[in-house]
Amino acid sequence: MDALYARISGNPAFHALQARRSRLAWTLCAGVLTAYYGFILMIAYAPDTFRKPLHADTSVTLGVVWGAAVVLVSVGLTGMYVWRANREFDRLNARILEEAHRAPLG
Amino acid sequence: MSLNLRLLVLLAGTALPFAVFAQAAAPERQLNIIAIGMFVVFVVISLGITFWAARRTRSTSDFLAAGGRISGFQNGLAITGDWVSSAALMGIAALIYSTGFDGLIYSVVPFGAWPLMMFLMADRLRNLGKYTIADIVSVRFSRIPMRTLISLSSLVFVVGYLIVQMVGAGTLISNLFGIDYTVAQVIIGILIVLYVAFGGMIATTYVQLVKATLLLSGASFICFAALFHFDWSVDGLYASAISNHPQGMKIMQPGGLLTEPVSAFSCGLMLLLGGAAMPHVLMRFFTVPDARQARLSVFYAASFIGYFYLLTFVIGYAAIAMVMKDPRFLDANGLITGGANMAAIHLSEAVGGSFFLGFISAVAFATIVAVVAGLTIAGASAISHDLYANIFRHGRATDDQVVKVSRISAVCLGAFGVVLGIAFKDQNIAYMITIPFTVSSSVFFPILFLSMYWRGLTTRGAVTGGAVGLGLGVILLFLGPTIWGEILGHGEGIFPYKYPALFTIIASFLTMIVVSKLDNSPRARRERAEFDDQFVRSQTGVGAEAPAQH
Repeated sequence: MDALYARISGNPAFHALQARRSRLAWTLCAGVLTAYYGFILMIAYAPDTFRKPLHADTSVTLGVVWGAAVVLVSVGLTGMYVWRANREFDRLNARILEEAHRAPLG
Repeated sequence: MSLNLRLLVLLAGTALPFAVFAQAAAPERQLNIIAIGMFVVFVVISLGITFWAARRTRSTSDFLAAGGRISGFQNGLAITGDWVSSAALMGIAALIYSTGFDGLIYSVVPFGAWPLMMFLMADRLRNLGKYTIADIVSVRFSRIPMRTLISLSSLVFVVGYLIVQMVGAGTLISNLFGIDYTVAQVIIGILIVLYVAFGGMIATTYVQLVKATLLLSGASFICFAALFHFDWSVDGLYASAISNHPQGMKIMQPGGLLTEPVSAFSCGLMLLLGGAAMPHVLMRFFTVPDARQARLSVFYAASFIGYFYLLTFVIGYAAIAMVMKDPRFLDANGLITGGANMAAIHLSEAVGGSFFLGFISAVAFATIVAVVAGLTIAGASAISHDLYANIFRHGRATDDQVVKVSRISAVCLGAFGVVLGIAFKDQNIAYMITIPFTVSSSVFFPILFLSMYWRGLTTRGAVTGGAVGLGLGVILLFLGPTIWGEILGHGEGIFPYKYPALFTIIASFLTMIVVSKLDNSPRARRERAEFDDQFVRSQTGVGAEAPAQH
């Protein structure tokens, strides 16, 4: 097992995959946290913006819409991560493992 | 009760009804025959599942991780079951019923833990873990000190959560069903012992799955029946709510929340990090075959939970529109009978009659039983797999012995839960939910995060930091405004904040980093060197626990 780990670790493709995965994860993290803290900071510091109705004929305010949007955006970004991880990343991962198993031992 | 505390309680599920019902203390209780009948149906089905599961439970892997054969979709539903309870429905509806938009905030904020769990933890956890979260850190750290700290913290987490659930459950059930508090406790105790001791994780998962389906269907029905009542116009429903509510248009707007920044930030951080590291939720990642299914389960869970929270955007306002001015649901003073917490329950009667009211009550009972079962198996795994098999027997216990100890632990935890539930009856225990969240945010999250992301972490650093987080958390909670100030009657706390999480999280992280940096023992050097192997395993799944073969 140790030799296998070392061989994977020595494969540049592994590091490329790793970098790609973590870039996506941290970008999405930043997106989610922006939506969240945007919501919370708006409530704390600019509540008047959230108090306005969307247009004259409705009672739905920007705050309600933003709240629902935060939930939807979170689900959407979570889905985006799974989409890329389960397709692209898993495929690259399988290839790296295949190469590691194929190389002669020692 | 402060709004922040209510939020916590909401997240934890069933304590809010307790707080409200304890004040309301319904004098005349009638047996609710329809609800009891439907609950009996649920019990029969769930015991059937348990019987089926018991025949499939042979090894430790079956008992504690359902053999790793649960699909991502099923696991997503089961996690949803662990996360949302009927009391979340009742609690959020109650907050919106009373305050409007500020109640909505509580639908939105706790959800933040989900994306974080997905992006930062899900695949790695599945690739490193086996049955409990202690397994994840045992990959490169010293087994005995790490497992001791994590399993004891897990037990503190489980017992704290259990007390809140049991007391909330007893009060809720005795009110909805018209049965005695103690009887309700004993019924819950017997059912969870049957599920967990015989059916293990397989039964717990499927019971959770059935319950989540029932709860989501019930909430959907309430939401869509209410919308139907307003000709499918959300705007019409909101307009009617605004005209009914004494605060008028203000219910669509943020009010006076988030005024005290330190508390709000501390509470938010505790929910975010604590929610992402709860042992009874994380152990569900080990019930799926691989990282791919683990990711799918987070996605399904996030979708179901997000859907549930969006339903509350309608349900809360529908309660204002349809319950607030209906004399059937008001007492002599024109206030809602049973308190705001009954808003969702009354709404279910308003949209679906007494039959649907019975259904929702039965779902509420089923929900509590399932949540408590999930906690019980998390506690049982900490005792059997961590304390018994790995620490006491140094990993030399046989499968049969571990399963046997798990079953005995489940029976003991069930009995202990009933005893605690009865002992804490009629006491204000809502603050106790801060304990498990402080533990998960200041012990589990820092250890898990640093062990997966930072090469430099050593056993000494992790254990010292975790112990600091745990100890400081307990001390600051004790010296805070709730226990020292209110319960012990000193007026105010020595420590001024209700939520010490901000301070304990920072203390825990800093201690881990500083102690690890100073640690130059040969063991520390070995542990740092092993980071590479652990990293490859966490990323690729090579060497990860494979599903059991039958």
